[in-house]
Amino acid sequence: MINELFFMNGYEAYVFSAFSFTLLSFLGLYLVTKMQFVKEQNKFVAKFGALNTEQANSAKSQRINKEILAEATNN
Amino acid sequence: MFKFFEPNKIFQITSRAPKYVLFLFIVVLSIGLVEALILSPEDYKQSDSVRIMYVHVPAAWISLGIFSSITLFSICGFVFKNKNFFLISKSLAPSGLVFNIIALVTGSIWGKPTWGTWWAWDARITSMLILALFYLMYLIAWKIYESEEKVYKISTSITVLGIINVPIIKYSVEWWNTLHQPASINIFSKSSIHSSMLYPLLIMTAAFALFSLLIFLMKYNTELIKIKNKGLDRL
Repeated sequence: MINELFFMNGYEAYVFSAFSFTLLSFLGLYLVTKMQFVKEQNKFVAKFGALNTEQANSAKSQRINKEILAEATNN
Repeated sequence: MFKFFEPNKIFQITSRAPKYVLFLFIVVLSIGLVEALILSPEDYKQSDSVRIMYVHVPAAWISLGIFSSITLFSICGFVFKNKNFFLISKSLAPSGLVFNIIALVTGSIWGKPTWGTWWAWDARITSMLILALFYLMYLIAWKIYESEEKVYKISTSITVLGIINVPIIKYSVEWWNTLHQPASINIFSKSSIHSSMLYPLLIMTAAFALFSLLIFLMKYNTELIKIKNKGLDRL
């Protein structure tokens, strides 16, 4: 059973390389997308921190800005 | 009519969804991998090399589906003058390109044991390569053009031209003599694939669809935060 799973009638190199390429592509795309997201989130938090009280209150009036800050705090 | 598509409202959902989608994706992918690599039978002709189908076919289906969606959303963006449609299109493209590349590479790996060659300038394979070029052009257009109006026009033109290639990909195996086998699964007529292979294929397709949804949500949230960053600069 184990031999059948690993040797796949001589096709193991093809099958496992196809599956590995797929899973590595998934991992790569996920990590790149996550990094871009975290980078933009950090930029937002830094910019928000640099606002004066009036500007911060104005920005906070938008629900989405509050959501972004809340998400950044959770992460 | 498109109030639901307003970024301010949609972010509330899209910011929370990725963690649940990621969990679901891992569960479905794990089941799919067990089915594809262990439980599904080998093919009487292709033996175990047929297992490559479980990553190759879903990747090809999803990349075609994503390109069609990108075109539809881009056209809707133009017709309804709604920027959010363009944002959705832009967020879908990276996973579409990656699925297209996966389909090409795994197809090439599958080609070696079945056809005896890594690559052939066959109608199906060449038209899939052309689709990858359209994905690349679309993504490059978003990178190089600063003006919103210009990028909307150029990216939509690319998708409208590229969508002509989608039916060519679908029917290439019927219109021309190709190395690539004809479709085994038909929505409107009886499929020639046995259920012991069809179910793992459908499970893997569901896993791939969940992954593209996950990447779309993360990318869409990133794009929204980018817009909000610009908004903070203007305060």
